[in-house]
Amino acid sequence: MNQEQSVKSMTETMAKFIAVMSKKLPDDIEAKLTELRAKEDSPLAKTIYDSMFTNQKLALELNRPCCQDTGVLQFFLKCGVNFPLIGQMENILTDAVMKATVDAPLRHNSVETFDEYNTGNNVGKGTPSIFWEIVPDCDTIEIDAYMAGGGCTLPGKAMVLMPGAGYEGIVEFVMDVMTSYGLNACPPLLVGVGVATSVETAALLSKKALMRPLGSHNSNERAASLEKMLEDGINKIGLGPQGMSGNYSVMGVHIENTARHPSTIGVAVNTGCWSHRRGHINFDEDLNYKITSHTGVTL
Amino acid sequence: MSEKKILTTPIKDEDLDNIHIGDIIYLTGYLVTCRDVAHRRVVEEHRPIPVDLHGLAILHAGPIVRPIGDNKFEMVSVGPTTSMRMEKFEKEFVEQTGVKLIVGKGGMGPNTVEACQKYKALHVVFPAGCAVLAATEVEEIERAEWQDLGMPETLWVCRVKEFGPLIVSIDTLGRNLFEEKKVIYNQKKEKAIQEICQNVHFIK
Repeated sequence: MNQEQSVKSMTETMAKFIAVMSKKLPDDIEAKLTELRAKEDSPLAKTIYDSMFTNQKLALELNRPCCQDTGVLQFFLKCGVNFPLIGQMENILTDAVMKATVDAPLRHNSVETFDEYNTGNNVGKGTPSIFWEIVPDCDTIEIDAYMAGGGCTLPGKAMVLMPGAGYEGIVEFVMDVMTSYGLNACPPLLVGVGVATSVETAALLSKKALMRPLGSHNSNERAASLEKMLEDGINKIGLGPQGMSGNYSVMGVHIENTARHPSTIGVAVNTGCWSHRRGHINFDEDLNYKITSHTGVTL
Repeated sequence: MSEKKILTTPIKDEDLDNIHIGDIIYLTGYLVTCRDVAHRRVVEEHRPIPVDLHGLAILHAGPIVRPIGDNKFEMVSVGPTTSMRMEKFEKEFVEQTGVKLIVGKGGMGPNTVEACQKYKALHVVFPAGCAVLAATEVEEIERAEWQDLGMPETLWVCRVKEFGPLIVSIDTLGRNLFEEKKVIYNQKKEKAIQEICQNVHFIK
């Protein structure tokens, strides 16, 4: 393939992958929802879970996006410096979003700020959002794609604590979001927490935390223990499906962290709704792809 | 299980008696999608809404709709959006339009509670994220108004059959399910915070 053909091929693959993501939840989320559904016993919670599972079945059968809010697409790239299309990635992803918008179809979700009009194709200034990590001595690319609706984007919050607030301050900050905006963000939620120095570093980490597969843990023992304590603590609040009360509130809590300035603790929280439309796909240097998030899917 | 409770438009005041927060109901008749800018146009801009909503239901939603030619449309995917965004406008909106059922996601606040009590209306929640299920309960999109607002904000006039489950979040007696739950959630949260904080003295 010459470069033009390669670009076309990868654009088509990504457009198809985005469409699949909008219709089918990743394996880990499906499994967790099945587990949580079985643990609810109230008629209200059971009715809501029944609707959720019927919906996912219908989405596949009718080949439609399972949630109407297909988000502003976000891509987290781990791109090898020698990946042949490194320079074309932004164009490829933008074109793939435009194509998926028509083919899936996705809702038009990109409104230009200040001029306040909907671009009608999900592409605008800075959208889709693309976050880069460059990997040395590597010729492959790893892509996390994510479509978050407005509902679970609203609870997002970041602030900088004084060190005197300690980790207790982090706990309180996260827990407060759960009962203010969290219950309207379509629980059971996936909660991402970033712990760093400042608002932007913590905020990006809190979103990256949502890209981790369920069941993964922070490699730091204390951070991992806080993930578990927050998960148990938020579950005890009993938000249940849709925040209408139940035995559980969350699918998981993921913390991502960096070192911090001695004078500050930056903390941020991001939530993913039950319809956590995340996809993970890898391409090698010959553009052979491998999907790790959705088994049995071929594009 | 008790019999399925179905409301049919046009909804009358007395139809809403004996429906309480936490009840599960269904809707047959007309449901019109109506969200941020449409509320603003009615309440702030004082523009007459091009659909007579007396006795009908609105849905806080921005759907995915497919044109099928001849100015007709198919509902592909429609689910509720966060109702709280419309809280600022909802009291005046209910007063001015005579709408009886507000379908959305999550709770609403004191303005809507007042409107539901004063003008006899309900706020109900459709399980969010269940947009294909909802779309299959739409029999037909009969009209589309204010199309200049774009796909999510257009008033899509939908004929629906047994649309639901709809969980009553605000009733005509002024009770608010989410606000009542929030009191309980906050008590449980405070207890959980105290428990966790005993184990996070990492700065020594």
